[in-house]
Amino acid sequence: MTDGSIITQLSIFVNNEPGRLAYIASVLKECDINMHAFNLAESADFGILRAIVDDPEGAYEKLKAKGVIVRKTDVICVSIEDTPGALFKAADAFGKAGINIEYGYAYSGRKESVFYMRVNDPVKAVQVLEDSGIRLVTSGEV
Amino acid sequence: MFWNTKIECMPSEELRSLQYRELKSLVNNLYSFNKFYHDRMKAENVHPDDIACLADISKLPFMYKQDLRDNYPTNMFTASNSEVVRYHVSSGTTGKPTLVGYTRNDLGYWTEALARSLTSVGIGSDDTMQVSYGYGLFTGGLGLHYGAEKVGATVLPAGTGSTERQIELIKDLGVTAIACTPSYLVHIGDVAKKMGIDIRRDTKLRKAVLGAEPWSDNMRKHIEETMGVRAYDIYGTSEMAGPMFTECEERNGIHMAGDIVYCEIIDPDSGEVLEEGQKGELVVTMLKKEAMPMIRYRIKDITSIDNEECPCGRTSPRISRISGRSDDMLIIRGINVFPSQIEYTLLRIPQLAGHYMIIVTREGALDRMVIQVEIKEEAFSDKIEDMNKLRAYVEAELKKYLNIAAEVELKAPGELPRFESKAKRVIDKRVF
Repeated sequence: MTDGSIITQLSIFVNNEPGRLAYIASVLKECDINMHAFNLAESADFGILRAIVDDPEGAYEKLKAKGVIVRKTDVICVSIEDTPGALFKAADAFGKAGINIEYGYAYSGRKESVFYMRVNDPVKAVQVLEDSGIRLVTSGEV
Repeated sequence: MFWNTKIECMPSEELRSLQYRELKSLVNNLYSFNKFYHDRMKAENVHPDDIACLADISKLPFMYKQDLRDNYPTNMFTASNSEVVRYHVSSGTTGKPTLVGYTRNDLGYWTEALARSLTSVGIGSDDTMQVSYGYGLFTGGLGLHYGAEKVGATVLPAGTGSTERQIELIKDLGVTAIACTPSYLVHIGDVAKKMGIDIRRDTKLRKAVLGAEPWSDNMRKHIEETMGVRAYDIYGTSEMAGPMFTECEERNGIHMAGDIVYCEIIDPDSGEVLEEGQKGELVVTMLKKEAMPMIRYRIKDITSIDNEECPCGRTSPRISRISGRSDDMLIIRGINVFPSQIEYTLLRIPQLAGHYMIIVTREGALDRMVIQVEIKEEAFSDKIEDMNKLRAYVEAELKKYLNIAAEVELKAPGELPRFESKAKRVIDKRVF
């Protein structure tokens, strides 16, 4: 049903110390993991690197094997047209359907600007977006 | 000035003979009426008849904080509930707190000790004394309160916190003396300065009785130079009663009133009694206590003893400034914290992996404790909110069990140091 509309994001725990992000980045490089989009959320003592990568399953196993604290998270991705009100359309549809966006990050993708979102109910969110005629970016397209 | 000249200036020989009589009757009593101590003496094969002189006290077995914990709450009490008139509670080394109980006479001797101490530093009925120790379960507030009332001082029971308000009261009420932790007095000085108040010029505060945490002559100098307040060291633990004994005007050691307490200094490893003047672990025997006797109680503070008569005229033995601990107890903002308590609290939280570090610093005048904890892999969430909730939960649990605010830092599994032999989980960067 979701036909690739639900995308696997990798969430990586990064201690908030000088050099920690560089270390994680070096592991990603060593494992030959290519990131299409990423976002860094930080707190006083740690950060969470959220990344959209090629082959998330393979990357997940490689990172785990390296001792990196990593988690798979379902996110969805919408195309944001370069016009006023584009984000509103998606957010409004979610609001009406009672879907909560837990966090999100915009990224300039290959062809267009996209917005990755972690929502409380991704399956329902995909349905709501499809019903509202908002184009979803699928895992094959990222 | 003396509160009780006869006892305070009693010739040494007489004092020692008084101590022997008190000890003898105490041991007889305990052997006959206290199951805990009777069993312990039996186990060590000591009988009250073996105590034939004061030095024979070394034949008696030691008591430890663990004994208080094992006998929690009142199994060690030698007074009935109708005779016990008060409890105080301090933190234990793990989950259970340490409970101490007092009969009316116990409170009387505690207050008597403080009346002598305050008199010895020149605090009396003309003074207004602000008690800025915590009131409540902690012994500091109520102890100093009753001591200061006893000498006729006007007591302002300020407790802890609301520093700006405390400074206003010092100024408005003409407070002349304060009892608090040394770091809190430095904090008061810093805050007063920010408020545009010069303690020396704008207030009448001239004397401070400071304790409940380690401090140094450097800190004394700093307080006296910046605030114009003469600072005196006070000593005591809840097992003894609470803060009890201070330096006199000579300020060359804390007078440990000989009719109330008998002090020994031992080698912390061998338990052997050391010679006068040698540094070691302080062991106290409380000669008057009724509700909860303390015989050769190992406080774990490191000091030395001086039996010479003090130039002030007092004959009681004096102990030097506490120079450290023979265990790993930390004192954070005047509150005793054992790393084992922190560990106990952390191990009960299922999301944590059990590895932790305790980092203590001093910012301005106040202690700051940061506890780094490793989370379990499955506790990791991609949502900052979940992680912040976990951190807040750990902080709340620590607050609940330690009664002190600690900041928690979450770390990834494997990030904190591993120890092959004895773990060094505490980094104390404070300079006293």
